[in-house]
Amino acid sequence: MSDQSRLRPARRVASAILGAVLVGCGTASSGGVSAELTAAGASFPAPVYLEWIGAFRERQPAVTINYRSIGSSGGRIQFIALQVDFGATDSPMSNQEIADATAERGCAPLHIPTVFGGVAVAHNIRAVDQLVLDGETIAQIALGNITSASDPAIAALNPGVTLPDQQLTWVHRSDGSGTTSIFTTYLASVSEEWDEQIGSGSEVAWPTGIGGDQNDGVAAIIGQQPGGIGYVSYEYAAEVGLAVAAVVNADGMPVLPSSESISQAVAEIEVPDDFRFRILDVGGTGYPIAGATWVLAWTCGYPAAKARALRDWLRFGLQQGDEIARELHFAPLPAELESRVLDEIDRINADG
Amino acid sequence: MSVQAGAPTTLRHKSANAAARRRIDQAMRVVLAACLLVAVIPLALIVLVTLQQGLSTLSLEFLTTTQPLSYRAFGGGFLHGLVGTALMVGIAVLISVPMGIAASVFLVEYRANRLARPVRFFTDVMTGVPSIFVGLFVYAALVREAGIGFGTLVGGVALSILMLPIVVRSAEEILKLVPADLRSASTALGARRWQTTLFVVLPAAAPGLLTGVMLAVARGAGETAPLILTAFGTSYLVTDLFGRAQTALPLLIFEQARQPFEAAQGRAWAGALELVALVLLLTIAARLIATRGGYQR
Amino acid sequence: MLTADQSARPPIGGRGRGRFADVAFRWLVTAAGAAVLLILALMIGTTTVEAWPVFVKEGLGFLTSTDWRPGPSRTEITGSYGGAAFLWGTAVSSLIAIIIAVPLAIGIALFLTQLAPGWLRRPASYAVDLLAMIPSVVIGLWALLFFVPVVIYPVMELLAGTIGQVIPLFAGPPTVRSLFAAGIVLALMIMPIITALLREIFDTVPADERYAAFAVGATRWEVMRHVILPRSRPGIIGASMLGLGRALGETIAVLMVVGGSPSIVIELFRPAQTIAGQIASGFAEASPEGISGLIALGVALFGLTILINVAARAIVWRLGETRGDAAL
Repeated sequence: MSDQSRLRPARRVASAILGAVLVGCGTASSGGVSAELTAAGASFPAPVYLEWIGAFRERQPAVTINYRSIGSSGGRIQFIALQVDFGATDSPMSNQEIADATAERGCAPLHIPTVFGGVAVAHNIRAVDQLVLDGETIAQIALGNITSASDPAIAALNPGVTLPDQQLTWVHRSDGSGTTSIFTTYLASVSEEWDEQIGSGSEVAWPTGIGGDQNDGVAAIIGQQPGGIGYVSYEYAAEVGLAVAAVVNADGMPVLPSSESISQAVAEIEVPDDFRFRILDVGGTGYPIAGATWVLAWTCGYPAAKARALRDWLRFGLQQGDEIARELHFAPLPAELESRVLDEIDRINADG
Repeated sequence: MSVQAGAPTTLRHKSANAAARRRIDQAMRVVLAACLLVAVIPLALIVLVTLQQGLSTLSLEFLTTTQPLSYRAFGGGFLHGLVGTALMVGIAVLISVPMGIAASVFLVEYRANRLARPVRFFTDVMTGVPSIFVGLFVYAALVREAGIGFGTLVGGVALSILMLPIVVRSAEEILKLVPADLRSASTALGARRWQTTLFVVLPAAAPGLLTGVMLAVARGAGETAPLILTAFGTSYLVTDLFGRAQTALPLLIFEQARQPFEAAQGRAWAGALELVALVLLLTIAARLIATRGGYQR
Repeated sequence: MLTADQSARPPIGGRGRGRFADVAFRWLVTAAGAAVLLILALMIGTTTVEAWPVFVKEGLGFLTSTDWRPGPSRTEITGSYGGAAFLWGTAVSSLIAIIIAVPLAIGIALFLTQLAPGWLRRPASYAVDLLAMIPSVVIGLWALLFFVPVVIYPVMELLAGTIGQVIPLFAGPPTVRSLFAAGIVLALMIMPIITALLREIFDTVPADERYAAFAVGATRWEVMRHVILPRSRPGIIGASMLGLGRALGETIAVLMVVGGSPSIVIELFRPAQTIAGQIASGFAEASPEGISGLIALGVALFGLTILINVAARAIVWRLGETRGDAAL
């Protein structure tokens, strides 16, 4: 964890005072605009967005962005209801939602991918550090069909590792979240049984296991529960230091989650023109349980200053925010995708 | 000799075993004293642990700046929470104190009224309403139906509903203690009912009323659940009454405590220390005013 | 003695402008009193109306089913709302709290009213009352980061290893978030209130009866056991029920230690979820129909708390008018 941020408080106070003065005067120091943006949506990428907002504030103190982490579905709802300037979601809008939105605003909404994040499978299996699992096995554990760490299915994936005969306890989220959405989408794509019985979503009916509230709830339970195994947002697992499993991807390679392996996951993805996609069938050296997250914005209807501020902030995040994203264990957009997204950002408010 | 009415006959059996009875008595004295310890020790632990954990982060900076925009960064503070709490509790006081004292006047001065009994009964009942339910009501009625949205005003309204029954019942007790002589003397001098109440009874009861208000404020300042549904929470310093979500000291403690980052947990402890100090100060001051004003508990 | 001019003083209760002010004043304070009733009625009405579609759709299943899957709709009820798991968590955690807090409160109140030396009585009562003023979120933070890992969890491990082998209720392995921890934290929070009430009740036991028992040679403890406690039974029940009502509605401290697991568990050392906890944690990400579901939960909780509160007050009031403690 970086201690360099100890220097930040003094600068923050200074820039806060400076910002307050400048907002009052209506001028900006670096030629930027003065604007206040409200946003709401996904909590999965919130740590990155919050740091981007803070870092951006230092360059353009006259821009205030108020991001409320209320979840993807809340974000989409508020965006369509025109209650926020931009939304944030871990699941792209459906065709119906896009139609509703276009009708509300009078012009089309844009999906702007910002970062990629991973969902790690953390565990507390006695005396096991390196654990390899594949999608089907994870699904069976989550369905309650595999209940022991020494189960043949797990042993087959981990030759040479002595697995204890320990009872497994599945741990899941009890609140709705984008992390669950990404994880269950992955499970539904690799396990027919899971797809038929449970499906995917930000909140599903888990057939077995203990529920924890938010990432810290799940991690605390896994950490204390012998034989506990469950899913947490990767950035959380990394910060807290949980043991995570390497997951076998579509090319048969077991991959540990990391900023790099998540970037690799995205490298091969065909991203359509409207930027709505899922990260599935990850091959190569990519980590398979990864998800994208989007900012939702409009092609019309913004006052000029707000549109400019939003575009500036997004460009800042994509171009200068890579370091922050990596530090927080997310993956920034790969170069080619980034340039396409930057073009898309130009479309914000392009129709006035 | 027969045993006195009210004392059970088993004593007769036990009189044969005086030593055993004495031992039981002594043992129970120890047990009961231990019960008190079991209550006091957690209190001491809470105060001590909060002090120990919170002091390292509590600083002038903490009291005067807002939180950093990243949970993992050290530094910053809960100024926005303090301001939010002050604003919302202020609104709550403005709403609940006049209404509450007026209602208590009704209960005391007009206790013969048919409404008095149900009002008293249901005020008591209201003290037991779950705070989250009050939050749900204010959300459903004001945030959603009336479309006001999250913010300072609706948060203040939620707190006022929680504080109202406390103000009413404590004010009622205090007003009942005002000597009847005072009222009679005032009437004898030709004052009207309303003049007596307003210019004689209320001033006489002022210290006690202040105590009740301070205790209600202490309760309101510590509430979290209803604010989750009405103020919602924010990372910024907000002074708008509506249109923007607001935060409060307890809300910030709640959010930061559940983060895995050491920096966030440190801020949570410091915030807890700040809040406990505030609440305890209010409570102790209230009691002091009460005893000074002559209202012994 | 006043010797003011007779004609200058308005007749008491007679005609004049002052009388109008009196009437207005009476209406004002009556309205304030009625406002309290109105607010309560509004609370019940608004929430029930909002929650009605959920009740209609689920019927009795709301109380018996554990299938809680809110739908995403903005306009209608599409999900399933079975709240049995939350009812269970609320009931069990509150029960644990009562089982621990009531005997403790009786013990403390007996000590404070019967045994404590004069110099100790006031400060000790003060200290216990002070515990009641500590905000819920601070107790939750302290429990989450200190009390549970340092005290409760080792106790759970001990119990699970011993009687847990025999009694499923205490079966392990324990987790850091559990019904048991929630029950203990609740006990801590409701104990001061029950104690304060019991102190008042024990103080009102007629001195005559106590002295009569002393007169036949009863020991201190025997007086408590055979005179004070039997005399106070309605009050003890009433106070316990008030404490129970408080425990049922407690949100934040419980939410932080109970674990948020929406299923019915027998083992006390496993996570569970309470009604209030589910409302608070589910609120931020809930869709509009999801919020209706949460309001429905709130109405159920309110109904339960009101029932217990009203019954408790009725029982306590049977003893005559209580010196109501407004801090309750």
